[in-house]
Amino acid sequence: MKYVDEYRDRDLARSLGSHLHRLVRRPVRIMEVCGTHTMAIFRHGLRSLLPPEIRLVSGPGCPVCVTPAGVIDAFVELAGREGVIIATFGDMIRVPGSNGSLATARAGGADIRIVYSPMDALQLAARQPEQEVVFLSVGFETTTPTIAATILEAQRTGIGNFSVFAANKVMPPPLEVLMQDPELQVDGLLCPGHVSSIIGADAYTFLARDHGLACAVAGFEPADILQAIIALVRQVQAGEPVVENCYPRVVTASGNARAGEIVRAVFKPVASEWRGLGVIAGSGLALRSRYERFDAATRLSVTVAPSREPAGCRCGRILKGTCRPVDCPLFGSRCTPAAPVGPCMVSSEGTCAAWYRYGGLAREK
Amino acid sequence: MCLAIPMKVVEIREGGNSLFAPGLAIVDADGIRREVRLDLVDRQPEIGDYLIIHAGFAIHCLDPAEARANLRLMQQMAAAIDQDPGDGK
Ligand code: SF4
Repeated sequence: MKYVDEYRDRDLARSLGSHLHRLVRRPVRIMEVCGTHTMAIFRHGLRSLLPPEIRLVSGPGCPVCVTPAGVIDAFVELAGREGVIIATFGDMIRVPGSNGSLATARAGGADIRIVYSPMDALQLAARQPEQEVVFLSVGFETTTPTIAATILEAQRTGIGNFSVFAANKVMPPPLEVLMQDPELQVDGLLCPGHVSSIIGADAYTFLARDHGLACAVAGFEPADILQAIIALVRQVQAGEPVVENCYPRVVTASGNARAGEIVRAVFKPVASEWRGLGVIAGSGLALRSRYERFDAATRLSVTVAPSREPAGCRCGRILKGTCRPVDCPLFGSRCTPAAPVGPCMVSSEGTCAAWYRYGGLAREK
Repeated sequence: MCLAIPMKVVEIREGGNSLFAPGLAIVDADGIRREVRLDLVDRQPEIGDYLIIHAGFAIHCLDPAEARANLRLMQQMAAAIDQDPGDGK
């Protein structure tokens, strides 16, 4: 496959790995912000190529995982209503709220459809005009433009029985909150490749400048990730934190202006609650009043109750990088992908799921 | 949720550069074909270009020159090490 295989080349990865072994002179803690990175690092066995001085910590980059239980409960409540069809990305289905999940609602007769794109949800609404189709809108900067474009399309085509429950979030504000957490000592940030394709590498400049954090934007193939880790180690050891774009084939300094414009036309920034991190100013998105008719929360008057986290689950701390899955007493015993207690074990991008699936337990005791 | 694999444009249908008349592209990776919307893409693709896709939308049209430069840099990094006989640690 073009633009994939070259970056997956084993010899290249091995050489970059040994370069790191020679380069590193002190312990370096790196947070990988994006759940897709967490998965890629495990899937390609990259931890085994890293020198022991380098510690990787997972961050709040799984959109399903950071959605608080109260919002999941509202999803489940909506699913139980007469005449409502829920359309959602598949990862959401088994995430437990305080009182069951969408999966349990479905077992109880709710109509819940898994879609690959928000456009599929809009097409569903066009086919089922007598039902209200609600799309559960969860995701970061990469996903939000696809939802904004779908809302513009709904407006254009006049499809009236379509709405979204907006729980979208943006990345930079929680990163700033995390960097002020004294418990979390991170030297460098592996910045998410596709979020950055939208917001641009410059979006992290404040973290390097104001928080002394080394930043490298990385793609998802082994050579991409290793090259970014090399960049981070160099910056940390030289004491010169900047933002390095190690994924220039996809990411530019200023990002995708067109996508940004569409998002700004449809959504406005609001305060938003993150699992484990609490409410963060300007970290969420709500529909602008012009598009209120597509807002499920107002249209169907949904209320979000305060969150109750699943008993014993440490997802909150895992998302902050202050706890590893193996530190959770339920990991692998009471909590497994087949019977998950918390969202980090459900989502395909969840840290607990990644550790469970790729044997992080054995390798990193 | 991110699909990291660039897919090759094999066909382009209708649409223009306007927000409200998005085109569609048919993309292919290893024989798997998909229809993607072009509402969000930063540069209108031509046949033979590669696109990064997210949830049914193209979000980026890959720059082949950048891709080559990106790879060359990594290979240079790797080659420099292979020539270095000492254990620099
Ligand atoms: S192992 Fe399960 S219970 Fe423990 S933190 Fe992860 S998801 Fe929560």
